[in-house]
Amino acid sequence: MTEASRLSRYSLRFVALFYLAALLMIPVAIIFYRTFQHGLSEPIDALTSPEGMHAFWLTMLCVGIAVPLNTVFGVTTALVLVRQKFIGRGFFNSLIDLPFAISPVVIGLSLILIYGPNEAVGGWFMDNGIQIIFSVPGMVLATVFVSLPFVVREVMPVLQEIGTEQEQAAETLGASPWQTFWRITLPSIRWGVTYGVVLATARALGEFGAVSVVSGKITGQTETLPLFVQSEFQNFKVEGAYAAALVLAILALVVLFGMSRIQRRSDVSVAGQVPAAATMAEDVPLDPDKKENN
Amino acid sequence: MLTRGVAMMWLSVIVLIPVAAVVLRSLDGGLSAFWDAISAPEAQSAIKLTFISSLIVVAINIVMGTMIAWVLVRDEFPGKRYVNAIIDLPFALPTIVAGLTLLALYGADSPIGVHIAYTKAAVVLALLFVTLPFVVRAVQPVLLELDRDMEEAAASLGASNVRIFRSIVLPNLTPAILAGAALAFARAIGEFGSLVLLTGNIPFKTQVASVYIFGRIESNNTTAAAAVSVLLLVLSVAMLFAFQLFSYWRTRHDRG
Repeated sequence: MTEASRLSRYSLRFVALFYLAALLMIPVAIIFYRTFQHGLSEPIDALTSPEGMHAFWLTMLCVGIAVPLNTVFGVTTALVLVRQKFIGRGFFNSLIDLPFAISPVVIGLSLILIYGPNEAVGGWFMDNGIQIIFSVPGMVLATVFVSLPFVVREVMPVLQEIGTEQEQAAETLGASPWQTFWRITLPSIRWGVTYGVVLATARALGEFGAVSVVSGKITGQTETLPLFVQSEFQNFKVEGAYAAALVLAILALVVLFGMSRIQRRSDVSVAGQVPAAATMAEDVPLDPDKKENN
Repeated sequence: MLTRGVAMMWLSVIVLIPVAAVVLRSLDGGLSAFWDAISAPEAQSAIKLTFISSLIVVAINIVMGTMIAWVLVRDEFPGKRYVNAIIDLPFALPTIVAGLTLLALYGADSPIGVHIAYTKAAVVLALLFVTLPFVVRAVQPVLLELDRDMEEAAASLGASNVRIFRSIVLPNLTPAILAGAALAFARAIGEFGSLVLLTGNIPFKTQVASVYIFGRIESNNTTAAAAVSVLLLVLSVAMLFAFQLFSYWRTRHDRG
């Protein structure tokens, strides 16, 4: 290697790492420092306060409902979009990406316009004693909306990759569709599903904008952990804000660790090679004929 | 088939019907009300700030994202695996936490003496944070797959590093860079959570479009909120389309 190219290599490395340090690493590290700046008692008190505990459990509730729903319906939707041909398939396929393309605030607004107490659907629920918007069901709905694409988008390329040969073989041997799904399809898409679930969980845990719009922000009632961070900060209880942010940051790091583990274990090259961004960037080809030619 | 019905119902109830309601509501008062809503001075200033900041952020991402991808694929240094893993952090970290971390480092009691919170620069900073992975993760796999024979041939014929990068590597990366840039733009234009704490949301100064929409929703003016929402949606779809068109033109141009 010449002197000049070594120099340019080092300078590129330096600039790239400096950028990452200034933008990512140092800011995240500083959260740890700020939280424990004045000792352990203040952050722990803030988190174990009734509001803090309520926010934590409400977050868990939203995630606990949204992620299983998106897993079941996500796998179903992926199967339908990959394995079935019908009019409007391309339209529904592009609909999946909408939660990525729309601002979280607009997602919140869209839910208010359907399920709000003054709208037709929301009004009907209200008359029957169920308040959706400015209440927990609306927050769950917002969480479902924002985390909807992940499982579908991770499972679709895997389904495309594995083809239908094994499923057809099972069918000719007399397996019911249900048996074929549990014994053949699900085992081969399991890493795609797992990866999608991890990404959906991360998004559901941290969603702020959409949940904030539909929550009404009633402290101790409709406040998730991310909303708690904001309200603590705005009430000048900075320690509480940092403590809750730290909890969320640690959860994010756990997710990140899980992601890199799954990528290494993944036996599927298409989904495993590149995480979220690239699977989002490359449109999954909607061309079943091509697959049949293989 | 039953599964198809279930999947379509699911997508309709959660996504399609609510989003259609936004478009309908934006036209509630007719086209003139729509126009009034998006041309209100406060709305105009918020949209302009959002659009220009997003363009700046995309430009920086194209350069820095490609550079980071290059360093992660072609360079070797201790701890590279960890640096590679941390690229996805902005996807995993809740946006409100992202805003708080940036505020801790670049806010009023900044430990390094950089005070940019509550300025327009803070908008760009927050958007750079949340959009960081897009270009890196789009370029990385392409760079990994890229055959190095051509580069070595060019080098042995005496081409400089810059020349090799510009005439051999860059044309191969362009579609991936543009795909990543388009996603980064769409994300930037609608970003909310990371901006709430960091920018102070000062109307005519640091208030972005999503914060403006939030304000209209809170004051119960859903028609104006919906109108600006539709404009944002149109902007990001137009941008995605433009990037795709440019990418298509590039590949055709190269073949011819």
